[in-house]
Amino acid sequence: MTRKILVLSILFSAFLLFNTNSSFAAGSEEDKTSFIMHHVKDSHEWHFATFGHTHVTLPLPVIVYSSDRGLEFFSSTDFQNHDTHAFGKEYAHEGYYIDEHDHLGRVDGASFIELSITKNVVMMFIVMFVLAYVALSAANHYKKNGAVAPKGAAALIEPIVIFVRDEIAEKSIGPKYKKFVPYLITLFLFIWFGNLLGLLPGAANLTGNIAVTMTLAVLTFIITNVNGNKDYWKHVFATPGVPIPMLLIIVPVEIIGLFTKPFALMVRLFVAITAGHIVILGFIALAFIFESYAIGVVSTVMVTFINIIELLVATIQAYVFTLFTAMYIGGAVAEHAHDEHH
Amino acid sequence: MDLITPGSGLIFWQLIGFLGLLFILIKFAWKPMLAALEERESTIENALKQAEIARNEMANLKAENEKLLAEARLERDNILKKAQEASNKMIEEAKTEAQKQGAQLIENAKAVIETEKKAALTEVKNQVAALTLEVTEKLLKKNLSDDASQKALVDEFVKDLKLN
Repeated sequence: MTRKILVLSILFSAFLLFNTNSSFAAGSEEDKTSFIMHHVKDSHEWHFATFGHTHVTLPLPVIVYSSDRGLEFFSSTDFQNHDTHAFGKEYAHEGYYIDEHDHLGRVDGASFIELSITKNVVMMFIVMFVLAYVALSAANHYKKNGAVAPKGAAALIEPIVIFVRDEIAEKSIGPKYKKFVPYLITLFLFIWFGNLLGLLPGAANLTGNIAVTMTLAVLTFIITNVNGNKDYWKHVFATPGVPIPMLLIIVPVEIIGLFTKPFALMVRLFVAITAGHIVILGFIALAFIFESYAIGVVSTVMVTFINIIELLVATIQAYVFTLFTAMYIGGAVAEHAHDEHH
Repeated sequence: MDLITPGSGLIFWQLIGFLGLLFILIKFAWKPMLAALEERESTIENALKQAEIARNEMANLKAENEKLLAEARLERDNILKKAQEASNKMIEEAKTEAQKQGAQLIENAKAVIETEKKAALTEVKNQVAALTLEVTEKLLKKNLSDDASQKALVDEFVKDLKLN
């Protein structure tokens, strides 16, 4: 076991050698850790590695919509220094600039909507492509062979499908679970694949991005409330068993409760995945802060450990998000026994 | 880009992408897959039920067979018993018949023997009488050839007569 972990660590340090900027070695402490936040956040370009002064990056399209200028397309390279690949206000292009914090702005300060294909959007499409490929080849197995024992991709997907259907959907939602199973499976697999692929070296922190978790949480919120039955709404606006004066307090609390549920979903996934990435990168940063080989070895071993834990976290977070979604839906569609104690 | 401010571009693409993914996967992956799973589960359930039915049938069949076997055994025992009785009866009858016939034979034989004995005795008596006559004749012829012996004989008779 120890030997395996050491081997993994050495492999991982090889990746770190490629993936870390040589400029970290010299410079202020802030520079040495800035790559952490840079990795965790979204970006207008995909930076893979730097060899000396050569930056290996994938330039990405910048798409902007504004009411006065309509839809506009640029490349991320339009907004940066061609040698250092640094963004900055001084590299403004056609009235737009990307500042050093990778934030798109308009020179004249007018409002606009950004629809850029950022690093996380590309990552999202990769995750979706992988997921769609695996899921469709799994489905193909059944189309070809009928209802037989699973093989290949189907053997990977089927246990998850059955788990989500039986352990999450049926147990949390109750008798009306069938309608929600496809959404829950897609949700689970998207988050799981996103978490796992996000752990790959050089990958983007997709499921640790608040825009992604927010979108998923909002979808859950919509599905939950659209399917809410009479009991569910009665529980919110005329909570049974509560005296009328108390309703003045209870009803606002219940209404806030409608929103805190998806909010908790959004924050939980975002924090769990982002924190994992920050911890891993923090251990990597230690080697550059102390500029010591010994610390490098220790931090690489630690990084490997944390990575293994992150594999677990990736699965747990996907499970938790799906489970809570199912529970919220279950609460919305359940037929209450009215003498139930609230 | 900020850590806790959701980017509008990412929200837009995530929404479009996820809804698209949801649509494609539901239509082409999850629906056929869930249908296949349900089909397989019902097939397995049916197979199990069938096996249960078959097992019950087997048990019934076995019980029936055993019943039949027991009946057959009983029948066999009955037949054997009857046969035994019949044979015993026949033997008994044969014995009685034989005894009767034996007794008859003995009776007959006895009767024959009696008859034969009587005949033989009669024969012997006749023979003895004949022989006696013959001997008497010969004796008489010889003894009465002279007068003295005749006289003696007459005397003898006279002596006997006196006694009477």
